[in-house]
Amino acid sequence: MTRYVIRRLLQSIPLLFVVSLILFVLLNNIGDPLTMMGGRNPTRPEDRERLARQLGLDQPILMQYVYWLVGNDWTMIDVDGDGEPETPGRRKGVLRGDFGISILTRGKPALDIIWERIPNTLLLMIPAQIVILVLGLGVGIYSALRQYSWVDNAVTTLSFVGFSMPIFLIALLSIYLFSVLFQRWGLPYLPANGMFDPQVGKTAAQIAKHMILPIFAIAFIDVARYSRYVRSAMLEVMSQDYIRTAKAKGLRRVTIIMVHALRNASLPIITLVGLDLPFLLAGAVVTERIFAWPGMGRLFLDHLERSDGAVVMGIVILLAVAVILSQILTDIVYAVFDPRIRYD
Amino acid sequence: MTTIEPPARIGLAGGDVEAPPLSPGQMAWRRFRRHKLAMANAVLLILLFVYSFGGAFVYSEAYANYNDTTKRLQPPSWEHPFGTDTIGRDILARTIYGGQISLLIGITAVLVQLVIGILIGALAGYYGGLLDSLLMRFTEAVLTIPGLFLLLIMAKYFTGKVPDITLLGRTYSGSVVVIVLIIGLTSWPRLARIVRAEFLALKENDFITAARATGTPNSQIIFRHILPNTVAPIVVTATLSVAGAIISEAYISFLGLGVQPPTATWGNMITGSTNYIEGAPWLWFFPGLLILLTVLSINFVGDGLRDALDPRSRPE
Amino acid sequence: MKQDPALLNVHDLQVRFHTPEGTIYAVNGISFHIAEGEAVAVVGESGSGKSVCMMSLLGLIPIPPGEIVSGTAVFLERDLLKLPEKELELVRGRDIGMIFQDPMTSLNPVLTLGRQLTEALVRHFNLTAEEARNRAIELLQLVGIPDAASRLGNYPHQFSGGMRQRVMIAMMLACNPKLLIADEPTTALDVTIQAQIVELVQEIRAKLRMSLIWITHDLGVVAGLADRVLVMYGGTIVEEADVESLYERPQHPYTLALLAALPRVHQRRQSRLKAIPGAPPHLILELTGCPFAPRCEFVRDRCWRERPLLQPVSPTQKTACFVNPHTGEERA
Repeated sequence: MTRYVIRRLLQSIPLLFVVSLILFVLLNNIGDPLTMMGGRNPTRPEDRERLARQLGLDQPILMQYVYWLVGNDWTMIDVDGDGEPETPGRRKGVLRGDFGISILTRGKPALDIIWERIPNTLLLMIPAQIVILVLGLGVGIYSALRQYSWVDNAVTTLSFVGFSMPIFLIALLSIYLFSVLFQRWGLPYLPANGMFDPQVGKTAAQIAKHMILPIFAIAFIDVARYSRYVRSAMLEVMSQDYIRTAKAKGLRRVTIIMVHALRNASLPIITLVGLDLPFLLAGAVVTERIFAWPGMGRLFLDHLERSDGAVVMGIVILLAVAVILSQILTDIVYAVFDPRIRYD
Repeated sequence: MTTIEPPARIGLAGGDVEAPPLSPGQMAWRRFRRHKLAMANAVLLILLFVYSFGGAFVYSEAYANYNDTTKRLQPPSWEHPFGTDTIGRDILARTIYGGQISLLIGITAVLVQLVIGILIGALAGYYGGLLDSLLMRFTEAVLTIPGLFLLLIMAKYFTGKVPDITLLGRTYSGSVVVIVLIIGLTSWPRLARIVRAEFLALKENDFITAARATGTPNSQIIFRHILPNTVAPIVVTATLSVAGAIISEAYISFLGLGVQPPTATWGNMITGSTNYIEGAPWLWFFPGLLILLTVLSINFVGDGLRDALDPRSRPE
Repeated sequence: MKQDPALLNVHDLQVRFHTPEGTIYAVNGISFHIAEGEAVAVVGESGSGKSVCMMSLLGLIPIPPGEIVSGTAVFLERDLLKLPEKELELVRGRDIGMIFQDPMTSLNPVLTLGRQLTEALVRHFNLTAEEARNRAIELLQLVGIPDAASRLGNYPHQFSGGMRQRVMIAMMLACNPKLLIADEPTTALDVTIQAQIVELVQEIRAKLRMSLIWITHDLGVVAGLADRVLVMYGGTIVEEADVESLYERPQHPYTLALLAALPRVHQRRQSRLKAIPGAPPHLILELTGCPFAPRCEFVRDRCWRERPLLQPVSPTQKTACFVNPHTGEERA
């Protein structure tokens, strides 16, 4: 097992290399970050040139990639533009944990900016994932055990609706209903914007209240997806011979379902959760935009729109790392649950 | 064995209960028809196409793009059944023309996906070896980047790089082409993996060995002998991908990086509607509902197709 | 026929499955009994309804699509078919054990052997973990698995097919059932292993004095194993006889054909094995005549219209046929 994990980790190095190269080429051409630099006025031409040299934007793309990867503190850069490199570089490169600086925020390290937002995203996504898992399992199992009952048919149809629902539509609908209409009808209504009411302050109660609608919107879609998946996994397992054996032993129905069936049905579900885990971080682009939630998805959009490559690159690289790590983690968990699997 | 007789197909009462054998196509159609929800949704899907393309005979494109700022943000009425948008355009007419673009994007993006996915999957699966591992590492790399993020970066990358095009007397924003391209360029990896797996399994068959032994060129083996046998999973994946492509377009356009006005799509009609959740719900409700119905009906049809064509496989 | 008190008495059992292709008439009114300590073999081709019949007694067929249309199955003075699920659960595994055909798929792949062996004991006898563990070791030894104690933590995939069937038998013997139903337990195994399993069941049955129903499609294994044989065809019992009578003087054309298809050691070399012409019936139409009529060489007109009932032809033998296959004459 240890050897397997080490091999997977080693394999992921070239993978990340290819990923970063693709992204670097793309992000190099998404527009000029120096035009506005996040301020109100256009940057002056002489500042632009100096900044471009200082940031290495005047270099050929391959050199820029090398700087991004391993830094430039081992060489001199030409900041004053006289063709003579005179200033020592200060960048350390991604391999040493330096994701570059955000031009938009005038020199703040990109990693710091991302790091600040990750907790907000997780605050939304971890509870959402828990809700999704619990409801998805519950609804899926129930619907599998009552196959073709009206509840099952309703769940199946509803799950198709949820599955096909664009997140913005369910988000807008839920805001309209629970926020706008409830307020209009004089009912207790839910806030639809931000993390807290600035007049009340950032209290736990406020944040919890602001979390409800976004979590509802995210969960609506994924509960549908999960329950569909759990249902078909359970149906598959319930028709297996070993379930009949368990029945022939006279075990209680609940034991058969919760131990014999679920243990087996959970195997494909582990894979599903494993594939989804990194999207805890990624899935929130649209949701965070609609609910004005200050998380990583919104950070990504804000900085992409204004061509701030370092932050965008940092976010996507971190996500790619998360994807790879969670794949390895999934394999490990899978092996724990399925004694037949041995990685050697 | 002394007696060799054709197995009698008899029921208990001795009557013949088996119909004459059906062709694979007939059997698939039978299975599809049995899937009642899929049938109903196939009809719904046809209606949505009729709405988008037939509607052009009722409203002209000029009308869909005509703006009258004195009539902005009007709620649904007899004159404007779906209301008017922020600059006074008729939303019903725009959902018709937007539907055309959204559906076209969905279909053409999948065509791009099919070309890339089949090519990469077939080459990797058929030739194996170094080519296979190179192509599969690349596929894996693309899959490692969360889809929507990659789409948005590519949308930003291509913004303004493709000029507007005129086709059949109508002008399309270059951004339509961009969206088709980037959705096609990001959605092929799953298809490539499916095609590769099919090729790996099929190339070991005797009929392929026979074809090789008779000196059939590789390109012919790939496209004439193996590919036709992989049609079922490809058709199912492609159908479901159309739904995915329409949703992707809607997300990118909703976030403002997609198709640019005046060309309407269901997705870009919703751009900025977060500011009008309360004031003008009709602004986002009708295009959103049309996206939902389209994606829903395609998903149902895809599910029916899977049951009909590829009964072994199950979702996900 | 022996007049021992019947342990299980099944009367007029009818089972159907309602499928999208139509109703399948799987079991069409069969009656039989089994005495305490008796071993009965149920013989028939696949699809003859033998497994469905036994599984429906224990409530193991899925309902729907299955439906038990009629019948009673009195076991220890209670009708199994009318018992509520909760009470039937207590019969399954404790009073009646059942072994299935394919040991490769009949054990849960993700649970340890120990867990699968002990759970019935815990369920039915409220044993403590320690007691159940000791009993599990005892059971594994009984079925001839070496080094039993150390194998409790193993998973099914760590055993061969024959070993798994032994484990399966141990599981079903855990609670000392009065009746063991073995549903083609050797079909999926190698020939040499088959013999071992048959021997093992024989041995255990003698030791534990339980009744046995052995379902098989192979008349060959029946001889050394059963006291009495039920031959099934098309969801009906076509012949019921003591083993000796059946082999000596089969009374149904189907049994006759089955025996003719059996290889015999002392047969003349040139004589070839006889196959039964035709294929077993699709059970999709309701039974109106004799199910074997389409393949029968003695078929008469009335065989198509009228269903022959199981009638005694001697004290040890019953058959459901209008014709005496030895004379070719219709029976009186």
